[in-house]
Amino acid sequence: MNRLNHEAPMWKDAFGIEWLDFNLSNVLMMFVASLIVFILGVAATKNMQRYPTGFQNFMEWLIDFIKGIIGSNMDWRTGKLFLPLGLTLFTYIFVSNMLGVVTNGVVGHELWWKSPTADPGITMTLATLVVVLSHYYGVKLRGGKEYSKTFVKPLPFLLPFKIIEEFSNTLTLGLRLYGNIYAGEILLTLLVGLAASGIGGFIGATLPMIAWMGFSTFIGFIQAFIFVMLTMVYMSHKVSEDH
Amino acid sequence: MQGFTESLVLGAGGLNIGDMIIQLVFFIGLLVLLRKFAWGPLMNMMKEREDYVANEINTAEKSREEAQRMQREASEELKKTRQDAQNIIEDARKTAGQQERDIIESARAEADRIKESARQEIEQERDKAVQVLKDQVASMSVMIASKVIEKELSEKDQEQLINKYIDEAGEER
Repeated sequence: MNRLNHEAPMWKDAFGIEWLDFNLSNVLMMFVASLIVFILGVAATKNMQRYPTGFQNFMEWLIDFIKGIIGSNMDWRTGKLFLPLGLTLFTYIFVSNMLGVVTNGVVGHELWWKSPTADPGITMTLATLVVVLSHYYGVKLRGGKEYSKTFVKPLPFLLPFKIIEEFSNTLTLGLRLYGNIYAGEILLTLLVGLAASGIGGFIGATLPMIAWMGFSTFIGFIQAFIFVMLTMVYMSHKVSEDH
Repeated sequence: MQGFTESLVLGAGGLNIGDMIIQLVFFIGLLVLLRKFAWGPLMNMMKEREDYVANEINTAEKSREEAQRMQREASEELKKTRQDAQNIIEDARKTAGQQERDIIESARAEADRIKESARQEIEQERDKAVQVLKDQVASMSVMIASKVIEKELSEKDQEQLINKYIDEAGEER
């Protein structure tokens, strides 16, 4: 990763395997994001009560929010199967997006602290996982025959387009998230560079930086929402009867 | 491959297979863990609350109906009791009137009876007295007659004697 003049802490050809490369900052940030999400999840449900207070309220609001997304795409009877997936996707992506907004950490010349979602490989992995899962559930819930029929509906000659659609879905789903977050981080890095250039630069950069951080927070939320929304749209294409 | 993807994704970096594998493992791990420790319990709790609320509403509805029914019953009961009380008072009043009349009637009968018996007694006494008088008059007549027979007396003497006895008889009375 070559972001301005920061290097990524790469571990090339890990374990002597030629194609296995690790970006250690990604690994670190994935771990951090997962840990934060897990801690939040456990903290929210540690003192569960029938009359929810504080944090539990927020988590229940979140569940209702994801329920709403799923409910707008498919029947709740099949949709409830995807609630944990949607919740985990949303919280993980949102936390990941926020990690890069709050701060970018550079050690030496290597960029260590950033959004894991600002890496195309990671967002593409998530997107691929989602699309593969949609196919899996399509076969599982509707049977192989019904599943294959979705490729030739409404007209048989659409088959090649349907197949291309699966790949384009994956690409757009992953790259949309990556592009938004990556762009946000680049601009933040530029503004930080400006702020660090001198007194004038600092004064000039403060306001845009605050504004851009606010905007990035908004983008982070919107992108997490869109990712989950599209996930459920693709799921419903494969799973629902009437699509 | 690396060069191709690098140019594809704006030259931002490679698609590192290692990152992808780790992302996949982390995400699936996170999904499983959260499902077990966070979403599962939370959703159960929400379901439980839903059931609880539904149950409570049902119960409230039922007890409201029950209360209404009982209130209706109570007011009916009250009405009936009031009616009963009215009847009892009415009965008592009737009985009292009846008794009053009975008592007066029996008192009157008793009085009549006493009066009657008193009258009979008086009559008896009078009869007795008359009888006694009759007896005395008879015996006196007999006595006078015997005296007259005993003494062959002159008209004058006789008269004198009769008067004397009559006087005697009168004194004796």
